[in-house]
Amino acid sequence: MAVCVAVIAKENYPLYIRSIPTENELKFHYMVHTSLDVVDEKISAMGKALVDQRELYLGLLYPTEDYKVYGYVTNSKVKFVMVVDSSNTALRDNEIRSMFRKLHNSYTDVMCNPFYNPGDRIQSRAFDGMVTSMMIQVC
Amino acid sequence: MEAAAGGLCGSGPPLLLSEGEQQCYSELFARCAGASGGGPGPGPPEAARAAPGAATAAAGPVADLFRASQLPAETLHQITELCGAKRVGYFGPTQFYVALKLIAAAQSGLPVRIESIKCELPLPRFMMSKTDAEIRFGNTAELHGTKVQIPYLITEKNTFKRIDDEDKQQETQSPSMSPLASPPSSPPHYQRVPLSHGYSKLRSSTEQMHSAPYEARQPLVQPEGPSTGGPGAKPPRHQASLIRSFSVERELQDNSTSYPDEPWRITEEQREYYVNQFRSLQPDPSSFISGSVAKNFFTKSKLSIPELSYIWELSDADCDGALTLPEFCAAFHLIVARKNGYPLPEGLPPTLQPEYLQAAFPKPKWECALFDSYSESIPANQQPRDLNRMEKLSIKDMADFPVPTQDVTGDDKQALKSATDEALPKDMSEDSATPKDSNSLKARPRSRSYSSTSIEEAMKRGEDPPTPPPRPQKTHSRASSLDLNKVFQPSVPASKSGLLPPPPALPPRPCPSQSEQASEAEVHPQLNRAPSQAAESSPTKKEIPYSQPPSKPIRRKFRPENQATENQEPSTTVGGPASVATVKPHPAVQKQSSKQKKAIQTAIRKNKEANAVLARLNSELQQQLKVLGVELSTPFQSSPDIP
Repeated sequence: MAVCVAVIAKENYPLYIRSIPTENELKFHYMVHTSLDVVDEKISAMGKALVDQRELYLGLLYPTEDYKVYGYVTNSKVKFVMVVDSSNTALRDNEIRSMFRKLHNSYTDVMCNPFYNPGDRIQSRAFDGMVTSMMIQVC
Repeated sequence: MEAAAGGLCGSGPPLLLSEGEQQCYSELFARCAGASGGGPGPGPPEAARAAPGAATAAAGPVADLFRASQLPAETLHQITELCGAKRVGYFGPTQFYVALKLIAAAQSGLPVRIESIKCELPLPRFMMSKTDAEIRFGNTAELHGTKVQIPYLITEKNTFKRIDDEDKQQETQSPSMSPLASPPSSPPHYQRVPLSHGYSKLRSSTEQMHSAPYEARQPLVQPEGPSTGGPGAKPPRHQASLIRSFSVERELQDNSTSYPDEPWRITEEQREYYVNQFRSLQPDPSSFISGSVAKNFFTKSKLSIPELSYIWELSDADCDGALTLPEFCAAFHLIVARKNGYPLPEGLPPTLQPEYLQAAFPKPKWECALFDSYSESIPANQQPRDLNRMEKLSIKDMADFPVPTQDVTGDDKQALKSATDEALPKDMSEDSATPKDSNSLKARPRSRSYSSTSIEEAMKRGEDPPTPPPRPQKTHSRASSLDLNKVFQPSVPASKSGLLPPPPALPPRPCPSQSEQASEAEVHPQLNRAPSQAAESSPTKKEIPYSQPPSKPIRRKFRPENQATENQEPSTTVGGPASVATVKPHPAVQKQSSKQKKAIQTAIRKNKEANAVLARLNSELQQQLKVLGVELSTPFQSSPDIP
């Protein structure tokens, strides 16, 4: 499903980034990086009202020829960015939402670990496993 | 350096032991001997020769050890025969060493012969089960109870030396404990032996008598023996040291269910130790250790942070950032295993799962035979609904023993819940909970259990249903615009002045023509009931000259008057007494009918108003007509003031 999954910290540096086709990783990294601008745009547009009312799921950030980029931001300004293959037309919005929810839950689990310092790279194997499960279905 | 045969009595063949072998054998012997209940071999083999009643290894542990060598039973029999134990009836050091050598030979594939042992052989390998080792070790620990201050800060597996140093210090410190021990001529660096040594290492450190003789022969050697001596050996050794460091003497439980190759099983002693550690961090064994406290504690183990992070991930099953007792035990065990060199598993082993940990140790941890029997007597009913009954029973019976009660009832619950599904994080905390607390624990909301909070909210909502809207007062109904209380009050004086307040206007519901007729029909029966003369005279009053246009104030005056008050508008009188009549007898029951009647009455009133107006107009027009007619008849007699 997802071709690339990235977790970006509040200060816009990556906490976790992983892509399935291990070649061309750089391309995905760039895509994620550029999508951060779009995320910020969406946040600021919606954030005029109370922050709490803001919807966490941002939806399609921008489409390219081959890929679509979806975004999700938590209340602590941690961003999840997911790149999916455009050819995967079967992916509906609900599925993307559920994937983000899973990501969010796993991220919360990582946070619960007292040995994890917020701001460190995520090295949790459980998190890795969950992301793999989301990405593995492409092949 | 090859010393002379260690501990050989004259009867046995000369036994040449290499350094490694000597170390290994001495450790093993120490272990087995310690388990026998007596002291270990008191000193050097020379002394053993001299002291006939010296070290004997108990048959039980020895047999276990031999079995752990995984040789066929036949071979083991042969070995025991050959080594001379059968002859002398006991396993002295001599016999033991011979036996070990023979085992090594057999494992190498050599025939079991005395001749075999004359050559260099690798060390015998023993597949130790953790529990067996624990038992033996536990025995010695209990028996000797010496306080070996081995600090918890055990270093990495690669740095056994440090531990050895510690032991060395301890040994040098306590020479007095070994009266028979000759002063060590070489540093007692015999700890670096394969796992089977692990036991005797610490034991040796405590049992100075044992260590001393071998020290003489055994220089610093670190045989990288096969580490097949039971993966469980290391953690128990470590645990034992820690246990001793806390000088806990406990009954050794005959828990010798040997699980082959199970490094992830927690034995009783380990568990007790973990529980003690838990208590030191968190006095209440039924509650949680927070993440930060646990972090500080586990960081002391000097494992790397990523490893600790991974261990936490494995052990915190419900991912809530806090550790319950079973989770804590699992984490501790993983740390211990890691420190002893075991690679961390990919997933939490089944024996470390929290529910397994709760179920696997149903016996109370505190020595209370009474409750042992009690817990056994409880049927191993796996159904949680019996839990409440159990709790009640246990509450009654164990009122006098708060501490064991917790454990037993907790354990009972564990036994009951062993078959429950795994997704019961709340139960983990009931490990040592009192029965009363367990219920509250179950209800304790966890960070992820949203269901409980929603249920509570729903219950709260259900308890306080919204108060119903206040019942409408017994005033006039919706359709009615009369305030009948006020209507009735001034009825007696019946003054014509009409001091009553005007009633609100009502929209006529039925159509005017019908209402007129209906109203007239209704009015009559109402009028019959009405005691007022006005009602009777109302039909007549309709013919009252309509010169007076009916006005609201005038009409209102009529209403309260039950008595005949002529020169009132008929409609008002009709409406008034009629309404009064209707309302008087059955105000509540005939509300609707009275409503209709009132509506009709108002319709009547209005119609009569209109009637009156029209009638007046008619009369005027007729007058004019008359005038015109006269004029027509008399064309030239019209008055100039004709309009």
